[in-house]
Formats: sequence, structure tokens, C-alpha cells
Amino acid sequence: MSLTLLDPTSERSGTAIALTPRLASLEGITVALLDISKPRGNIFLDQLELRLNERKINTKRYRKPTYTKPAPVDLRQLIATECQAVIEALAD
Amino acid sequence: MPTVTDLKALLVNETLKGLRDGVIVVVKRDCATCGMVAPVLGWLTTLQLIAVVASQDDPTFPESLATGVPVVDDRELALSFGLDLDTVPAVIRWANGVEVERVVGWSSAQWSTFFGVDITAEFPALPAQRPGCGSKTQDLGVPEALAIKFGITHFHARQVALADAEDEMEAMYDRGWTDGLPVVAPTPARVLRMLAGTSRGAHEVVAIVPPDLLSCTVEKVAINAVMAGCRPEYFPVVLAAVEAACTTTFNAHGLLATTYFSGPVLVVNGPIANRIGMNSGVNVFGQGNRANSTIGRALQLVIRNVGGGLPGGVDRATMGNPGKVGFAFAEAEDAASAAGWVSLATERGMSPGTSAVTLFAGEGPRAIVDQKSRTAESLAKSFAACLRTVAHPKLPLAFDALVAVSPEHLRTFAAAGWDRARLREELFALLTIPGSDLVQGAGGITEGVSPAFAEVSFTKFRPNGLQFVHCGGDAGMFSAVIGGWVNGQEGSEPITVDIAPWM
Repeated sequence: MSLTLLDPTSERSGTAIALTPRLASLEGITVALLDISKPRGNIFLDQLELRLNERKINTKRYRKPTYTKPAPVDLRQLIATECQAVIEALAD
Repeated sequence: MPTVTDLKALLVNETLKGLRDGVIVVVKRDCATCGMVAPVLGWLTTLQLIAVVASQDDPTFPESLATGVPVVDDRELALSFGLDLDTVPAVIRWANGVEVERVVGWSSAQWSTFFGVDITAEFPALPAQRPGCGSKTQDLGVPEALAIKFGITHFHARQVALADAEDEMEAMYDRGWTDGLPVVAPTPARVLRMLAGTSRGAHEVVAIVPPDLLSCTVEKVAINAVMAGCRPEYFPVVLAAVEAACTTTFNAHGLLATTYFSGPVLVVNGPIANRIGMNSGVNVFGQGNRANSTIGRALQLVIRNVGGGLPGGVDRATMGNPGKVGFAFAEAEDAASAAGWVSLATERGMSPGTSAVTLFAGEGPRAIVDQKSRTAESLAKSFAACLRTVAHPKLPLAFDALVAVSPEHLRTFAAAGWDRARLREELFALLTIPGSDLVQGAGGITEGVSPAFAEVSFTKFRPNGLQFVHCGGDAGMFSAVIGGWVNGQEGSEPITVDIAPWM
């Protein structure tokens, strides 16, 4: 006799979300530099900021309160409204 | 949707074929009391005082009924289940389609009153009373089977029908439902039995489970608890642990995602620990006790299956630890109390005697060996030396520790009159370290605190960063350190919750 089981999962299938089209150029845009509060992430971002600014590309710095939790919604919203690209320093 | 009561009434009415008024009697042959009252039933049917006699196991029983009174064959137990019987013989008065009176077992006085005739005078040889027998609806495994058969349950979870030739273990593994070890197949009957372990509704939401942040019902936790191997009596502990783990305070999300070793460590306190047979003694962190082995595993399966937290997916642990399969144990409270120590849960704010579970984000246990110290002062120094190494001897404050104090070590502290607070105070004094020893480069080690702190002293642990639990076997001058993960707001705060709301 066949066995019937109850599904232990959330039964949700992931929604496919298309990636934002790759930017043709960084000219004229603002790049978010996101520090997740891990050690030495700031050093990595300092270097990137120097390199980007040398090329006259605008940057803005952001920081997650802690790397152990997802970025707060407000922070994600702020970055999305102020910038067109994000570089996140995972630092591990 | 009809209620359970509606459905049961429907079963009764279908069996009784429209009977509105009269007495229903339910018996089974395999019941000495039913056999004893068979002549009484025969006499009552000749008086036309009984409308229906139903037999749970043999439609030829009882043979004593008056001609024209058929025995209803209730071997399918639809009538008995609909009537919620727990004992036979049962005599039930039906009036206007609903039950108005019930007597179970045998009592000549009660039966005489019920039927309005002097049964005692007619059957003087019968005893005044005799208890009945269990209804077949209450046999082992039968209540769940009947509930499923008669459609009383309403599972929300998708039902997965396996093909005849499929091996259920392989099928579950292939679907990604397991942690790599065998799991118990979550059949509807098993899940229903698990749900009987709590008074909470199957469709109540327990938590929003990370990392996918999806709502998880009591039913989904029950399915995973079955798979983990839990018994229904463990279920309230599992529910309390799932709720606690998914709080922002405990931060199961970050704990799952971290590259660090840690996972949830569950310590159970209060009467439930003994009631469900948890181990707090010999081999307390090891194998061999079902409750210890399965409660923590159920939580981890919920995070895997409901939350979507897969190793190599959001779980980025560099190495992990074997306790991530599931890590739960109980505190030896009675022994602690005899030594003058309150329990972990009591120290963390629970009233004594409360069943509670404490969650700690911890790595695997490591040894504190001290077989020679006979004074509290010397033993505390051994504890301090071992505790200094949590995460790294040069990293203070960021990592908590849960210290498992063994019986033989507790004896030494208790003999000196040291309680939890005193031991903590002494350890903090011993673990106050000059910054010059901790700064980057000190001891030829680059790891360490910023050079700016060279002139400052640090305590190894933050003020609430050291927890104690008493457990382990009676023999062995060994205690253990369970190192923590990033503590506080930035990581995980230990959390203690009452289990009672989930019972």
C-alpha cells in the first residue's frame, strides 16, 4: 500500500525576479558602498572609494548596524532611492 | 466548514438511520462486564426499553436480545467514534436526535434509574456494580486512524503520495527534507498524534522562520517533530524552542548564516524535563536519550524545511559542529538545589518550578579537566584558564559562554559555600585582563584588540555573558565550556521562555 506523507516544507516556490539590467557605464551615477560592520570592511571600501572618486564617480557610504542580521528595510530603501549601484563589503 | 461536533453527529445519525428518540447501547464481546449484562439487555429489549444495541467487535453478540431487535454491526466504529465513547457497556438516551443522558459500566442502581425499572429485583445475583472496559475506539493508534478515516482532520499541509515501489526514506532524502540522517515518515496518523501533544490549534502560527521568513504553523512544526523522532509529549518544548529561536533577540537568522561554528543549544528546566525523560546526567551531551536527541533536531529541521536554511545555502558555516544536527539537554536541578544552587532558568527570571527552555547560540562542548583541586579557589582558576580560550585567548567581551558544571566540581564549590553569583564574581576577577596582553601583536599574535586599548583592562566576558548549568554524570572531575557566538544586539542574546503556553 502506498504511503502518504505530509509535506514538512513551507510549500512556497521561489519567485523569479529579473536582475536589474547591467549598467552600461558608471558615469553620472552614484555608487553605494555598503559596510556590513565586519572587521576591515571599511578598509576595503576606503580603497574602492578612492579608486572610484579618481574616476569622478560619485559614491555614498552606508553601514548595516550588524552583519549578523539582514539590512533594515529603511536602509535598503534609502540606498535604492539614492544610488544606482551597490558594492557590499562582505569582508570574510 | 462543518465542526468536529457536526461531523460526529452526522456519523451517529447515519448509523442510527434517522432514529430520533430511544436508548442506544454499545457493547463488545471482548468485555467481561458486557457479557455479564447480556441477560439484562435481553430482558430490557423484551420490555422494549432499548432501541438499538451496537457491538464493536462481533455482530452476533449479544445473543440474548428479544426477537426483532437487531445488533448494529459497529466494527467500523463509526457510531462509537461519533458518540465519543471511552467505555463499554454504554447506555445512552437519545431524545429529539441528541444525547440527553449516558451511563457507562455497570451499576444496577444507575441502570434501574436510567430505565425506570427495578433491575436489581429482576437480577438479584448480579453485583451492585462493576466497571466497564475500554471502548475499541481508544485502542492504541485507533483514535488517530478513526479521525483520519472519518475526515475529522483538516491538514493544511500538502499530502505527498509515494508510489508503491518507492522507499520512503530515499523519497524523503531525495526531496531534501532530511539533515542527512534517517527521519521518521510524517504520516497523517503520526502527525495527528504529535498534535495531541499540545492544546494549541494546528493552524496557529508559531513563528516567522528565517531565513525565508515564512510563517510556520503548529502543524508544520508537528510534521518536522515527527520526522526528528519526537514523541508527542516533547512537542510543547519544541514549539517553545521554535518560537524563541525565531525572535530578533535570539536571531536564528544570523546564527544560521554565520561562518562561525555555533548553532542553537537548548537547556530544559522544570518538571517537564523529568516528565519526558530528558537526560541531565551520564553522557548528558551524548547519544542515547530520545528526548535529548530529537528536540533540538526538530528545531533544526523546522529551520531547514520551513525556513529554507540549507547548509551551503544561507548556512555558511566554515566548519559547523556536530551539535547542529540538534543539541538539547536538561539541567540536573534537584542535585543543583541540594547544593544550594538555583536553576539556570530561575537565575534567568523564571519562577522556580516553571518548565522553561533556554536557547544559547553555542558551539560544541570542550573540556575543563581538573582532578586535583579540592578548594573552590583553585578550581575557579582552572575554570578561568579554560574560559580564557573561548573564541581566542586575546578576544574579550564579544563571545559569551555556557559553563556546564559537573557534580564533582559542583561539590567543591558548594562545600566552600559558593553559589552561582559567587562563582561568576570570582571568575570575572580572574578573567580581568590587561589590554597590553590583548592588543594586536601582543604575544607575537596579530589577532587581538585595537592598540588604542593597551592601557585599559578588559573582562573576558560581558557582565551577563557567563551562564552556568549543572549537569553530567556523578563520576568525573570534568566540566565543560560551550562557547558562544557574537553576543548581544549585534548577534544573539540567550533567551529563556516558559513552555506552559505550548502545553
